[in-house]
Amino acid sequence: MREILYRLKDRYHLGTPTFQRTDLCFVTVRRDEIRAILTELRDMEGFTHLTFLTAVDWIEEQLFQLTYMVNNREANLSLGLRVLLDREDATGDTIHDLWPTAATYQRELREMFGIKFPGSPRVDEEFILEGWTDLPPYRRDFDTLAYSQQTYNDRPGRVTHDPKTHMQKTLYPSYPKGAK
Amino acid sequence: MFSFKPDRSQYPAPGPDGKLEVDLETGKYLKLWHGPNHPGITGNMSVELTVCGDEVVEGKTHVGYLHRGFEKLMERRTFIQVFPIVCRVCVPEPDFNEYCYAAAVEELAGIEVPEMASWIRTLILEMGRFNSYMMAMGGISGALGLGVVGQWMTYVRDIMLDRFEELTGARIYHMFILPGGVRAHLPEGFEARMEEVLQTAERYLADAENLMFKSSVFKTRTQGVGVIDPALFERFGVTGPNARAGGVAKDVRKDSPYLVYDQLEFTVHTEEASDIYARTLVRYKDLLETIQLIRQILRKMPKEGEVMTNLPNVLHWKIPRGETYIKGESSRGEYGYYLVTDGTGYPRRVNVRGPSYTHAMALLEHLIPGTNISDVAALMVSLHTYPPEIER
Repeated sequence: MREILYRLKDRYHLGTPTFQRTDLCFVTVRRDEIRAILTELRDMEGFTHLTFLTAVDWIEEQLFQLTYMVNNREANLSLGLRVLLDREDATGDTIHDLWPTAATYQRELREMFGIKFPGSPRVDEEFILEGWTDLPPYRRDFDTLAYSQQTYNDRPGRVTHDPKTHMQKTLYPSYPKGAK
Repeated sequence: MFSFKPDRSQYPAPGPDGKLEVDLETGKYLKLWHGPNHPGITGNMSVELTVCGDEVVEGKTHVGYLHRGFEKLMERRTFIQVFPIVCRVCVPEPDFNEYCYAAAVEELAGIEVPEMASWIRTLILEMGRFNSYMMAMGGISGALGLGVVGQWMTYVRDIMLDRFEELTGARIYHMFILPGGVRAHLPEGFEARMEEVLQTAERYLADAENLMFKSSVFKTRTQGVGVIDPALFERFGVTGPNARAGGVAKDVRKDSPYLVYDQLEFTVHTEEASDIYARTLVRYKDLLETIQLIRQILRKMPKEGEVMTNLPNVLHWKIPRGETYIKGESSRGEYGYYLVTDGTGYPRRVNVRGPSYTHAMALLEHLIPGTNISDVAALMVSLHTYPPEIER
């Protein structure tokens, strides 16, 4: 794994790698170099399997992290490439031409995080959500609890009990002593 | 033998954006919804077919019927509170989610698992694999009109669920594998009762083999149908039995052993034809291998030992900032969890990498054009996909 990173470091700007296990390493790369690095890894280093592509929302730092996990099946090595995007205008580079299956991941990221991937096939089609107009729901600033409280009403006639006092009254009616 | 040779020249080619422009007003083409309620679909998923006569011109997978935002829900819960959620990502084989998540938490928190717990985890995973393959065998035979095999497989799965209930207290969602180990030892006399289940399974599987793999109807409808070109495997991220049916002898249990798989002997079965028949045959052979693995685990595992290590107070448990990816070989292919922590008591991000994500979306949409309507159900089931892995 180290040799591969040394070879890449000659030509690309790599961050400090994190060696999580002997077969797994994470490294941060620049957005404008990700396609070139992925192409080289796929064609020259045997990382032919795109395991997944996902995003992490670092809202405190106003960044989105894209994680491209590629795998070399022969050598059993996994390399996670991190690309940091500005959260305000998050746009990634499409890699559907390298792996057709990436188009699905990019479509999901467009819908769930609002990250744009210009040129990716059917990227603006609805994937999981239907008629969604709110904030992309997997962003950290989307509050699921507030959304459900605003969107859905409690069914009339239902009573909500505080679990602690309700179970105490049900199971231990005489506890504490003298109480009913 | 039935042969279907579509003439693609008469249909328009999809544009660069992947969209097919057909004029439905001409009456030549028809939109047909295959699912979400259809015996040829495992779970709630649908395929929007554009057909011309009985040939499918285009297929688009639609998911979202089961979306509950699992990954988002996990971010609002403490590490231990996530457990009732992870198992629900995959109904027929929930234990894999528990294992991958627990192993990811253990790795980032630096927790060692006792050896006995690793053996019981392996046993649980193989029992889950057994159940999942049973559903796959029942599903593929049901999609091709052999309903009785589906009933047999459901019965055998049910008696395996009895063993799950005895071991974990639950039939479907077990929540048995926790960070640090597993919840309990095997009950008294478990091995003997498990042996009864395995012998019953072998009896039913012998009948199923005669009914499926020696049936001319089954062969006619599956051989040479739904062929995945092995050149597509890497491009579409195909793993598991779908890849092994095309001659790729890859299995995470062998290639990068986890738990106690390095101490177990088993064969990775492959076929060459890469069609529906080959995929079903690989699953059948894997199922027989799983039965032998369960016997082997019960024979080789230590008889006593700790099953759970000491954990910090789980209500105030904080895990340092980090990220990891844990993978394993589920019945459908490479299954993994990507966990990111930020030093608080909650996961920053949990991402589930299910094999169905690629198999049921990009791969299926690539394979469907040119097939006959009557083959779509068999093709879908032969990929053995579970929609909750796609929409999490």
